Amino acid sequence: MRSLCDSVHLASREKGITMTNPSYMTIDGRQVAIEGEKNLLEIIRKAGIDLPTFCYHSELSVYGACRLCIVEIEGMGTVTSCSTIPREGMVVRTNTEVLRETRKYTVELLLADHNQSCTTCGKSGSCTLQTLTRRLGIREVRFDATRDPLPLDESTPSLMRDPNSCVLCGDCVRVCTEIQGIGAIDFASRGSEVTVGPAFGRMLGDVECVHCGQCARVCPTGAITPKPEIDEVWKAIHDPEQTVVVQVAPAVRVALGESFGMKAGTIATGKMVAALRAIGFDKVYDTSFAADLTVMEEAHEFLARKANGENLPQFTSCCPAWVTFAEQFFPDLLPNVSSCKSPQQMFGALAKDTLPAELGITRDKLTVVSIMPCTAKKAEAKLDKFARNGGPDVDHVLTTQELARMIEETGLSFAALESESLDMPFGFKTGAGVIFGASGGVSEAVARHVAQTFANGERPRVDFTEVRGDQGLREAVVTAGDVEVKLAIVNGLANALMLAERVKAGDCDYDFIEVMACPGGCIGGAGQPVTKDTAARQKRARGLYEDDKNLQLHVSRENPFVTHAYDHVLGEVGGEKAHHLLHTAYQTRRRMALDGMHLMTGDELDKLAVTVCVGTSCHLRGAQKLLAGIMDYVNERSIDGYVDVKATFCMERCDRGPTVTVGERVFERCTLDMARAAIDEEVDKIVACQTVTAQDTPYLTERDFERQVASGLLRFLQNRRPAAATQENTPHGCHGCATNTETGCLHE
Amino acid sequence: MLATEETPNVAVETPFDALCAILERFEYNPTKLIPILQAVQDEYRYLPEDVLTYVATALRLPPARVYGVASFYAHFTLEPKGKHIIRLCDGTACHVKGTPKLLAAIRERLDLSEAQDTTPDMLFTVETVSCLGACGLAPVMVIDEAVHGQLSADDAVEIVEAIMEEEGVA
Repeated sequence: MRSLCDSVHLASREKGITMTNPSYMTIDGRQVAIEGEKNLLEIIRKAGIDLPTFCYHSELSVYGACRLCIVEIEGMGTVTSCSTIPREGMVVRTNTEVLRETRKYTVELLLADHNQSCTTCGKSGSCTLQTLTRRLGIREVRFDATRDPLPLDESTPSLMRDPNSCVLCGDCVRVCTEIQGIGAIDFASRGSEVTVGPAFGRMLGDVECVHCGQCARVCPTGAITPKPEIDEVWKAIHDPEQTVVVQVAPAVRVALGESFGMKAGTIATGKMVAALRAIGFDKVYDTSFAADLTVMEEAHEFLARKANGENLPQFTSCCPAWVTFAEQFFPDLLPNVSSCKSPQQMFGALAKDTLPAELGITRDKLTVVSIMPCTAKKAEAKLDKFARNGGPDVDHVLTTQELARMIEETGLSFAALESESLDMPFGFKTGAGVIFGASGGVSEAVARHVAQTFANGERPRVDFTEVRGDQGLREAVVTAGDVEVKLAIVNGLANALMLAERVKAGDCDYDFIEVMACPGGCIGGAGQPVTKDTAARQKRARGLYEDDKNLQLHVSRENPFVTHAYDHVLGEVGGEKAHHLLHTAYQTRRRMALDGMHLMTGDELDKLAVTVCVGTSCHLRGAQKLLAGIMDYVNERSIDGYVDVKATFCMERCDRGPTVTVGERVFERCTLDMARAAIDEEVDKIVACQTVTAQDTPYLTERDFERQVASGLLRFLQNRRPAAATQENTPHGCHGCATNTETGCLHE
Repeated sequence: MLATEETPNVAVETPFDALCAILERFEYNPTKLIPILQAVQDEYRYLPEDVLTYVATALRLPPARVYGVASFYAHFTLEPKGKHIIRLCDGTACHVKGTPKLLAAIRERLDLSEAQDTTPDMLFTVETVSCLGACGLAPVMVIDEAVHGQLSADDAVEIVEAIMEEEGVA
């Protein structure tokens, strides 16, 4: 029997068409070349036919769930093109009556259970479901909703989840698992009950989400969207008492134009500044200036570590999603993370420190707004550690999308705006600060700085093209003078996870590792305009490197206003004041907000609470055995009436585990002997205390007895000497900081 | 020391010990998640959140993935179930042979409201299943591991009452 291919070959030959390399297939009667595409859908799209999809993303695994990319193939029937491997001679039809009707029917069914409040939805205008409803000509939904509305999730400062808008395409689940290596959200339940969300129906704020927002970036509907702060910003702008300044991140200028019909990568800095002034911001500054500061501090920190050979490789700390990820998953590596704040927070700290005096206002009358390509920056700005003197350093964070919406609201014709220039001094930057927005940018900026530091009078290198690109993991070696720096650049947290495991295993010898959570770096952030252009990220990166070329200066240390800031405000690079304003510390963070497992509950009135941490780090350090040993011991001594034993999921001391609390004492690196001794001591005290109280007062009502025991326990607790085994929570970021070892850390 | 001669030093087997033993038995292998959850449910009679989180931590899986699996299969339950589980087959054959009548009678005898599947004393849970594959015995009821076939509503209630009597709640 001849195969389908053979017969097509034959048919082609009969028609006089020669089939040489590349091979061809027929799509809607047209010959289309197969040029290494992974699936049929890509070839169909290459042929200029935009088959609709919800669940297909070229960077994610193929899921084949939405059934919208169905096609008819001769000899194969109806199949989903995304999951079909292209073969020579296939005869494909994309637009038959059956296919059209089936697609319409599928979307109609999705609409039945969809929250159809399109007019007020945050995704209105860029929603795939909305677009497809129009494109497929659906004028009526014949089916009633079958599900009761589910509650909204507004638990994080970065993202909002509306499960009632979800079409269950699973894009968010796959991006969180495959690209970010986290898996904070997944499918739950089955059949008509299926939902997408965090474990146990919890809220995003209660689980291991790092706020990167890549789920929102790939979501085709309004089920996950960046949380807007536009109203708060308008309120500050309209408040005559407030002076409102704005900083704009590098990646915004090459993407904002997309919201107004410009091509991705168009450098729209001038128009953007004009728009921000028209909106009512008093001063318009550039986060790239703070990026120049970051280079000064981070390179200084790196060279000190390199000279001492300690805490290497140094991980960058510009990306708050990565920092949260490291705090949750890699407590052991926190000393390796640069203690530099992100450029956004450096800007905020410096602005709130110096601008009030310069502008003749008090600190509380100054509002600092950021425009960021990022959703994690929203959560970062709200961290307690970034609030000083009674208020946050950065008051509000808007995404690029939100800025576009504000411009739309004012009615400004963006394309027609005349360019304006940024305000001084924080509006002046070098090209090094601008390329921060692309993956590899921080590394190149630091490399330029290092190259100039060790130039020895020669003309230093400026372009380090070997670190550019948007592959998930890149390596480079940069030599300057006799210093050789081994760099690794990763984007996507799954790549960071892989690399961090290798660092922990001592399996690599990098000096400096740049991590950006989003694919391509900040230009691919979740706050950027929604685009259908699959090459948008590369175009935006090109825009940034072009902007760098257009500027006069390319090395951060040449920025005269950076020099001025050190001379007049910050003092020495890496010095005391600089450390105070520009550096931070990290803490290990729990991933799940859960009470823990109550494993033994004593029945006496006074009891000793023993809690064993069984979070990942402690588990790996033998917490399970320790817990079992403690319970055995309690039973062995028959003191189970006096002891409550609980397993908890994280005490946020992951690098010093296993952690056990006995009463109010905390034991880090706890052994079974330590726990036993402490339990003995505490239980004996409780027993003694109870015996004394009972003897002293022989005729007591039960209630009086309870009171007596309680006060006895209180006395006992008050008289107890301070717990020797309790260690202070040392801030990790101080490693390598001069003020830490000599004068004690100056962090707040 | 409080330990006396009357209390011998025997380690009491707790569900946590059993949980640890299960994880050991399956070598902390994340691909064995389903058999692990089955064994854990046998031990706890349901899958509590904290235990699932512990399993996720021990297997180095995201808790959302473990929850996804646990909530997908009808066999797994995230709510505590009664000591005795009464499963009534409501497949086509059993349904036409009167399962709805059996179900109503048992629920009435156990005083279960529409929203309840488990008695407040945690002794009984009543469930229906789609098919037990014993259509020749329709209507079929399975209590714990025992299969009862060709029942009338009165037969079914009688069987339940016998267990209630054993439990001293009749």
